[in-house]
Amino acid sequence: MIEVDRIHVRFGEGPGAFIALNDVSVTINESEFFTLLGPSGCGKTTLLRSIAGFIHPSGGAIRLAGQNILSLPPFKRPVNTVFQNYALFPHMTVAENVGFGLEMLGRPRAEIAATVEEMLALVKMTAMASRRPSELSGGQQQRVALARALAPKPKVLLLDESLSALDLKLRKEMQIELKRLQSETGITFIFVTHDQEEALTMSDRIAVMSAGTIRQIGTPREIYDHPRERFVADFIGDTNFVQANLSADGTVELPGGARIRAGLQEDAAVAARPVTLVIRPEQTVLEQVPEKAPLSGVLENVVYCGTDTHYHLMLADGARFVVRRQNNPARPVTFEKGQRLGIGFEPQAVQVLEG
Amino acid sequence: MAVTQPNTDLVIANRRETRNRWLLLLPSIVILLAAAVGPLIVVVIYSFLTAGDYGGVVWHFSWDGWLGVFTTSDPFDGTLSLANAHISILWRSVKLSFLTTLFCLILGFPTAYFIATRPVTQRDGWMLLITIPFWTNLLIRTFAIMGLIRNEGLANGLLEWLGIIDHPIQMMFTDFAILLGMVYVYLPLMVLPLYASMERLNFSLIDAAYDLYATPFRVLRRVIVPAVKPGVVAGSILVFVPSLGAYVIPRILGGGTQLMLGNLIELQFGQARNWPLGAALSLTLLVMVTVALIVYVRASANEGD
Amino acid sequence: MAKRKTFDTRRQAGFTAIAAFCFVMLYLPIVLMAIFSFNGGLALTRWEGFSLVWYVTAWHNEVVQAATIRSVIIAAVATVVSTLVAVLAALAMGRGKSFRGRSAMFALINQPLMVPEIVTAVSLLVVFAWVKTTIGYSGLGYLILAHSAFCIPFAFMPVRARLQGMDQTLEQAAADLYASAWQVFRRVTFPLLWPGVLAGAMLAFVTSLDDVVITEFVKSAGQDTLPTYMLGQMRRNLTPETNAIATVLLVFSVVLVVAFFFVSREKHAKAQL
Repeated sequence: MIEVDRIHVRFGEGPGAFIALNDVSVTINESEFFTLLGPSGCGKTTLLRSIAGFIHPSGGAIRLAGQNILSLPPFKRPVNTVFQNYALFPHMTVAENVGFGLEMLGRPRAEIAATVEEMLALVKMTAMASRRPSELSGGQQQRVALARALAPKPKVLLLDESLSALDLKLRKEMQIELKRLQSETGITFIFVTHDQEEALTMSDRIAVMSAGTIRQIGTPREIYDHPRERFVADFIGDTNFVQANLSADGTVELPGGARIRAGLQEDAAVAARPVTLVIRPEQTVLEQVPEKAPLSGVLENVVYCGTDTHYHLMLADGARFVVRRQNNPARPVTFEKGQRLGIGFEPQAVQVLEG
Repeated sequence: MAVTQPNTDLVIANRRETRNRWLLLLPSIVILLAAAVGPLIVVVIYSFLTAGDYGGVVWHFSWDGWLGVFTTSDPFDGTLSLANAHISILWRSVKLSFLTTLFCLILGFPTAYFIATRPVTQRDGWMLLITIPFWTNLLIRTFAIMGLIRNEGLANGLLEWLGIIDHPIQMMFTDFAILLGMVYVYLPLMVLPLYASMERLNFSLIDAAYDLYATPFRVLRRVIVPAVKPGVVAGSILVFVPSLGAYVIPRILGGGTQLMLGNLIELQFGQARNWPLGAALSLTLLVMVTVALIVYVRASANEGD
Repeated sequence: MAKRKTFDTRRQAGFTAIAAFCFVMLYLPIVLMAIFSFNGGLALTRWEGFSLVWYVTAWHNEVVQAATIRSVIIAAVATVVSTLVAVLAALAMGRGKSFRGRSAMFALINQPLMVPEIVTAVSLLVVFAWVKTTIGYSGLGYLILAHSAFCIPFAFMPVRARLQGMDQTLEQAAADLYASAWQVFRRVTFPLLWPGVLAGAMLAFVTSLDDVVITEFVKSAGQDTLPTYMLGQMRRNLTPETNAIATVLLVFSVVLVVAFFFVSREKHAKAQL
């Protein structure tokens, strides 16, 4: 329903210009919780602000239900933003803040009052209606900012790293809140964050960005289980990268000699070449007898992490490998540092990347 | 695949923004051109015209205005000689301005330091005390000084009453009176930027210096003064520039005898009826002030902080 | 063993004494001047009993009345004009983003501060003299125009400072919530800017009220403002009546400065969120 078509944003002129968005295209569906994920400087906020209308792209189009909104100023776009610093009007009460958008749209007073009440109830801030923003805590301001942006019932809600200023516990609560709000209102949410865990928990689909381009779009599961690029694999979750060789018959030769049949990407050619394997640490097990497992390595370090234990090993070719094992007091294990252990995994857990 | 067509919406938005901006600036431009910059240009023109008999100018090109700044011509044979009166007035202006700046610095530096070393909550209050005289009318302050130093004034009255002197000391209409008046009036202008600099002083530097065996005087000379140099420069300029162009203070406290450049300029538009000379003198003052400002800009640029 | 005074690293020899001297020196003349405005007799040094006679005289002095009214009218009009113009200019100058002609515009706005008053006074005298002979108008307009011009930088500075301290995302949020440019200004920018506008107006008013040099040169005969009236008195006819007028002006300035001080304290608190 929102079609971003080859949006190009450039700051400055000439060879020294900084390309913030390099012909980025993506389509976001109605009632979707869509996340733009990436490290700082990747362009996710630039893209968000281009949709909001605060940045003028130098090329491309953004279509909302078919109409190109690029020629419209922000106050003519049916899109609302929740700002990173909330941007609540300090000289207005909470109720006046929430009703501001409706006031600007010229809605009758009774309707505004009713909607404000509805919104405050939705974010559980009814008691604070006549307070000033300076009297509220960070989490409360966040919710008022949400209510304010939702009140005009926009087609799209943009959230610019809205949770980054909150402490961890509050953040997790707000994540659940946001998800609930989104499914209740059915509004399309476009969420910007650099926290991949947050993206995975909340999103219907994620676009992973880097250096002004989108690297991969998919559901959280797709992104996590089947990353198409080294960057995506590395950015999302913990990863092990293993250098291997793909043979013409479709099997992969691992360091240490073992052969497995791993999942190739659909459009990958079957020809002998070096590849990189992506294996998630929690999808591996340690074997006492190294010969029984496809990979083996020397145990260098054991890190206890509460819920699980990380085992750091060094492979035959010198590469590092981490195995995660959930701690179970009923079944303790002891591995010695310096011990040579096998690393076991299902072939389906392996993702093959080029290079 | 890079398709970078220029976005015409962007161009239109930028053009509209520029047009709106200059529309908002238009009123200030009109007023300032009409009543600030424009008249200056007229002054430049007038400095090259001939003086009218009853004041005003005759539209006839002449160098007389500019020549008159430094020279006088003998009325009989037209030879030029140095206008001693003008030179001494110019010299008095520079000298008094310089002395004023110096005394303001000597008095203002400890004052600013004092305020900067008060507890944070008190500092605004102290600065308020400095600010109040600053915003008091120049005339009132000059008048107050006059009340002090006149022959029938309070200082002489006190001294006579104490029996220290028999008849009043002549303090009015001297260079001393002008100097006293200027220091009194411009002292807050020195304290304000000095305080601004000192407030930002990192006092732990002083502690470090003491830790390294410095004496209080050395701390002052080697740590404090260099750190507040921008404030010193700013304060000096803020005092020197208005002192150069002082008019009210020398007029009241110096009478008609001790003239500074401002009084000399006024004279040309009054009794002396020599508008081109007055114009040239004004521009001379402007040049002197501009030079001082340039020196300031250079000095503060060299700070590199 | 005698109790030792702890070493104060902040202390510098003689500084406190000099500072005390300065504070006393700054206030002594004006305090004395104020005291002697209540002097019963004509003498300026001999105290002849407390009396309000000079205030009464000044109050009934028709010339003083006219001069006061003139001062206030000029200051009021000049304040409104210069503050309005300065607010427009401050909005136009924007925050941060540079545009062509920006430094020139800054120089123009601050020009009255960089040129000595006597030079401005002379230049205005020259121009207005010519205009007066050409169009024959000889009213307060020249003074109002002159005052408006040199008050602009004084009104500009606090407004600009306030604007720069303002959170830019607030205006973006308003636009995001369907406010047009005018609505953004009216509902968000201006209310938040208001303390700065007020401060600028106060500065402009005081500056205009206090002006001596430019007014002296630009005025036509009989067009005295309060300061120029006092200037004339100081040259010719000195009575404690001048003390009385000066004291009234002094009290007015003090009240205004203290009010300004508290207004700016409050605006500091409100701008932080």
